[in-house]
Amino acid sequence: MTVALRRRVVDWGPPLLVFALGILSWQLLVVAFNVQEFLLPKPTEIARTLWDERSSLWHAGIYTFKEALGGFAIGSSLAILVALVFAAFRPFGTAFMPFAVAANAVPIIAFAPIMNNWFGLLNPFSKMAIAAVLCFFPVLINMLRGLTSVDPRAIELMRSYAAGQTSTFRRVRIPASLPHLFAGLKIASVLSMIGAIVGEYFGGPITALGVTILNASAYTNFSLAWAGIVVASAFGILFYSAVAFAERLTTSWDPSRRAFHGE
Amino acid sequence: MNERPAVSIQGVSKHFKAGVTALSGIDLDVRPQEFISLIGPSGCGKSTLLRIIGDLIDPSEGVVEVNGKPASQARRDHDYGIVFQEAVLYDWRTVSKNIALPLELLRWGREKRTQRVNEMLRLVELEGFEDRRPWELSGGMQQRVAIARALSFDPSLLLMDEPFGALDEMTRERLNMELLRIWEASGSTIVFVTHSIAEAVFLSTRVVVMSPRPGQIADLVDIDLPYPRTAETREEPRFFELVTGVRERLAGRGAQVEPELLEDAT
Repeated sequence: MTVALRRRVVDWGPPLLVFALGILSWQLLVVAFNVQEFLLPKPTEIARTLWDERSSLWHAGIYTFKEALGGFAIGSSLAILVALVFAAFRPFGTAFMPFAVAANAVPIIAFAPIMNNWFGLLNPFSKMAIAAVLCFFPVLINMLRGLTSVDPRAIELMRSYAAGQTSTFRRVRIPASLPHLFAGLKIASVLSMIGAIVGEYFGGPITALGVTILNASAYTNFSLAWAGIVVASAFGILFYSAVAFAERLTTSWDPSRRAFHGE
Repeated sequence: MNERPAVSIQGVSKHFKAGVTALSGIDLDVRPQEFISLIGPSGCGKSTLLRIIGDLIDPSEGVVEVNGKPASQARRDHDYGIVFQEAVLYDWRTVSKNIALPLELLRWGREKRTQRVNEMLRLVELEGFEDRRPWELSGGMQQRVAIARALSFDPSLLLMDEPFGALDEMTRERLNMELLRIWEASGSTIVFVTHSIAEAVFLSTRVVVMSPRPGQIADLVDIDLPYPRTAETREEPRFFELVTGVRERLAGRGAQVEPELLEDAT
């Protein structure tokens, strides 16, 4: 066994074991205490439904994931732009930031029915909008923190090189902000899936994952509802992992990451 | 024109908002190719003075000219390089890209940049480390990268704010020697802020002794030790006399001298 492979087994073995034990005890507890299906179906039951309904669940998952992805893209890129403007024109930033921080504390998901009214229940853009608003604030706040918390001497050095603001942003502030940006993007990736699914709970096309879960539990088809939740989780985890992977590609230089991984 | 001072400080004072007067009535001329050290206890405004020379902050009163130009113009003309106590390297850039950063801003071509970076790596003896990340280097090596970066665009004036203050004694003494070699090779003027009497005496052509509250120039000490200075210089009687002289001037003004200032010299 190569060193790399052995390390991987050492890294991944324990969590996988915990996962398997968790599923196993779920199954055993449900059987042992004869838990009703509407409370908690057996994992084997959920797995069978997943397999039987794989085609419709897959398409529903893709449909909802596209909404989440669209919302994530819109919300995050707007947030990055606004953060750049706020960092470049500090008076703007100081005037608007308290509202951004306050808005971040608002349960924005409560606006989901309003968005459905604005853009139409069946229009995927209504779900993108709610996901976008959810993504906007954490990305804005993190990115702005990254742009403005640069070592002041690093900025002084740029000043001593007679660098203009554009160069200072391009060469110092933006690269220095990347670890913060990705912290925001990782939160946003999770929120965008939540936004899309909760948006669908307030109404959407029958092909959407949120609607599938909602209808399945309304018609007491609980193993289908749980299978839907499993699909939603899988897409959420995959999305998060993709962002984390992009982070690793772009911020491999970050010494705090290195230290964390014991390198 | 040769007699024009590299740095001319006339009547400079600095008051901060909190009502603190950091500097008061500073007059000082630094001659071209001089190695001048500012020494004094904490709060004597030596770092503030360095920042005013570098046009990083404005004086409340008075004028600073660098090479006969206002400090702000000198900054725009890339007349000086700065080294802080910490190396302040950019983690997302390799060692050679850190050194090349000022050259990119000056729009040097790639080939010219690479050539210059290699020269600089040779000068600070970091060949073979060009592709490393800053955090892979020791503190002393990082500081050498910072010096290479400050010198890469050949500034006539090098401003150094306790550049070796965070390093251990052995590394510090070795880098002192290297800095003198670099200074003699580059022909630049150096203004050097330090806490250490021994370091100031060993390096400088002149030592500016400052006193605190408000920061003023208490004394100017000419250091008549011949160059090149070596490890043996530190053992010469004249070296000890000068160290004692600077120490007495620091203490004699009634300034609160920190214990470290007294220990460093022995």
